[in-house]
Amino acid sequence: MTEPALLSVEGVAVDLPTPRGNLRAVDRVDLQVGAGRTLGVVGESGCGKTMLSRAILQLLPKKAKLSGRVMFDGRDLASLDPESLRKLRGRSLAVVFQDPMTSLNPVLTIGTQLIETLQEHLELDSHAARQRSTELLAAVGIPAPEQRLTQYPHQLSGGMRQRVAIAIALSCEPKLLIADEPTTALDVTIQAQILDLLAREQRRRHMAMILITHDLGVVAGRTDEVAVMYAGRVVERAPTPALFKKMRMPYTEALLAAIPKLDAAPHTPLPAISGRPPDPTRSLKGCSFSPRCRYAAGSCYQEKPALAGSDAPDHQYACFHPIGAAAGIHA
Amino acid sequence: MMENTQTHWCDPLLKVENLVVEYAVGRNTVHAVSDVSLQVARGETLGLVGESGCGKSTLGRAVLQLRRAVSGRVLFDGQDLTAMQGDTLRQMRRRVQLIFQDPIASLNPRRRIGDIVAEPLVISGVKDPEQRTRLVRDVLGAVGLDPDLVMGRLPHEFSGGQCQRICIARALVLNPDFIICDEPVSALDVSIRAQILNLLEEMKARYGLTLLFIAHDLAVVKAVSDRVAVMYLGRLCEVGPSEQVFATPAHPYTALLIEAIPVPDPDVRPAESVAVGEPPSPIAPPSGCRFRTRCPRADARCKEEVPELRAVAPEQFVACHHPLIAPG
Ligand SMILES: Nc1ncnc2c1ncn2[C@@H]1O[C@H](COP(=O)(O)OP(=O)(O)OP(=O)(O)O)[C@@H](O)[C@H]1O
Ligand SMILES: Nc1ncnc2c1ncn2[C@@H]1O[C@H](COP(=O)(O)OP(=O)(O)OP(=O)(O)O)[C@@H](O)[C@H]1O
Ligand code: SF4
Ligand code: SF4
Ligand SMILES: [Mg+2]
Ligand SMILES: [Mg+2]
Repeated sequence: MTEPALLSVEGVAVDLPTPRGNLRAVDRVDLQVGAGRTLGVVGESGCGKTMLSRAILQLLPKKAKLSGRVMFDGRDLASLDPESLRKLRGRSLAVVFQDPMTSLNPVLTIGTQLIETLQEHLELDSHAARQRSTELLAAVGIPAPEQRLTQYPHQLSGGMRQRVAIAIALSCEPKLLIADEPTTALDVTIQAQILDLLAREQRRRHMAMILITHDLGVVAGRTDEVAVMYAGRVVERAPTPALFKKMRMPYTEALLAAIPKLDAAPHTPLPAISGRPPDPTRSLKGCSFSPRCRYAAGSCYQEKPALAGSDAPDHQYACFHPIGAAAGIHA
Repeated sequence: MMENTQTHWCDPLLKVENLVVEYAVGRNTVHAVSDVSLQVARGETLGLVGESGCGKSTLGRAVLQLRRAVSGRVLFDGQDLTAMQGDTLRQMRRRVQLIFQDPIASLNPRRRIGDIVAEPLVISGVKDPEQRTRLVRDVLGAVGLDPDLVMGRLPHEFSGGQCQRICIARALVLNPDFIICDEPVSALDVSIRAQILNLLEEMKARYGLTLLFIAHDLAVVKAVSDRVAVMYLGRLCEVGPSEQVFATPAHPYTALLIEAIPVPDPDVRPAESVAVGEPPSPIAPPSGCRFRTRCPRADARCKEEVPELRAVAPEQFVACHHPLIAPG
């Protein structure tokens, strides 16, 4: 990328004090997202995906300590005052959470919530805001949008609520949308509809997107680049086609292998990853995947592998014994 | 009815006949399960799939008589559970166990794991504490937990995957014949999910179990099931051998479910989802075929006539006027 990225996450770490000691939820993450591009962030529960997105949004829990830098649209977000940050989050930096009720207000109608957002950030008059709200609901596939404006969130199904949350997030034409597991709570059929909707709106608006999920299947056909996270760190990062063509990090491979395959015969045992991710309050010597890695040997137990590329500079991985290496023990 | 077409099914362990289950909500009736018939052979796993709210859990609960049916019969090992009461029913129920979706919520937070797993033994009258301890230790070991490490601890000290292992141990301790797994892995991560699916398969072989495996994820269902049954809005759409149904789905809804599964391969472009919209309300389900409001093949007949389940291929049955494969 020659022009500067829209979002640049530089050495970001998040530390949380807990009764059991300091918990490092995000560990020195570097990421860039260009305008109009989609980055998928994948990893198991607890690996720090949500904390990373909250660090980008500057919405961390009060006790949390953030280090590193988040540059968005040429500005260092940490240097902004709360008021400018709030403005930014409503307008050019939007978010959709797993549970739409996190972003919807249960005691206000859908219409009020949409119209208020539009009036506040775009300074539309009430008639124009209403008109625009109806259009937005129609755009996210909500039938009879006029009538929906008067309904409350609890009167809608989970899928419909998520559509409304997306409509609100898109309402001010953001430059970057962070979608944190937007479909994990939904049925497969509704999941497909919501992902299509996000992709369509993204293309149409030339908006950048970070799509967070624990399912490699979700990012495969819908992202330009993927970052795989494990125990707070990015452990593999590559353009999506390159990643699926040639995975280098054993964790990524294991994550993919654990997904049931449609073309496998019933009762085929799944290659499960044994054990669990390490306790994030204990620092582990060596590679954090080593207790579960079937390729672990020697230095894996002594040193942390750095995230680096070898043959292709845009394909980076943090592993001493990458898959497919010429002198590998598992070629 | 299915007997006509499945005559070799002379001795199924579970047979559900024309089951109807409803809920009253205010003045309305929720048609949760409408005229569902199916059977599960000894030793097989039948997968039951469908979107949220289609009646999967209700069907499972009605099999166990935790929710009484409005009409229809549930035959377990030849005996009609719907006609049983009190002690007779309790005796039969020992042979059928249930595992839930949310493993953490289904364990009593104040009781120790040893007591939680022993509870079914206490209830069913195993008086000897030493015998109980022995059985609990055995079954905890079988599900991959170290009895010495876990028996004295409380549920909150365990992860979701470990809690699901504990639930499975509790379901196995009475040595049942049949287990209804109601979305046992839906709340778990991809990697832990694979561990639990493998464990269920292992336990099935070891304890000679028959399973009804409920899930909304077709890929998961296919991984463990011999046959699948697809439900939509309270009705059965299609039943057949898993591989066959996946290769050649006969019901438009089954095809939609298969298409919606995200494939971890960037060369497979996700299909722009065909059926738009969401399932209608089970309070006023559409007339005729309940899928017609989302079906690309719907016509006038679909509105008038309820499609009956009929054979389209050996062992494959579909309830559709215009199935995707010609009846054979
Ligand atoms: N408010 C909090 N206080 C302390 N620790 C927290 C808090 N929120 C999350 N954590 C911890 O931070 C780590 C990262 O959590 P995070 O929510 O970012 O994971 P995630 O990848 O989003 O997981 P999931 O897939 O379950 O959403 C975990 O170990 C978690 O237990
Ligand atoms: N106790 C109840 N009272 C009233 N309605 C109920 C009750 N339990 C379930 N229902 C309704 O019955 C229908 C079937 O519900 P059920 O829980 O069986 O669906 P399900 O297929 O298991 O869904 P999920 O995938 O969300 O678990 C739904 O419309 C539901 O809202
Ligand atoms: S560094 Fe070693 S332990 Fe870590 S993923 Fe690579 S091979 Fe496995
Ligand atoms: S009966 Fe008609 S509406 Fe129903 S699935 Fe078949 S074609 Fe579609
Ligand atoms: Mg999260
Ligand atoms: Mg259910």
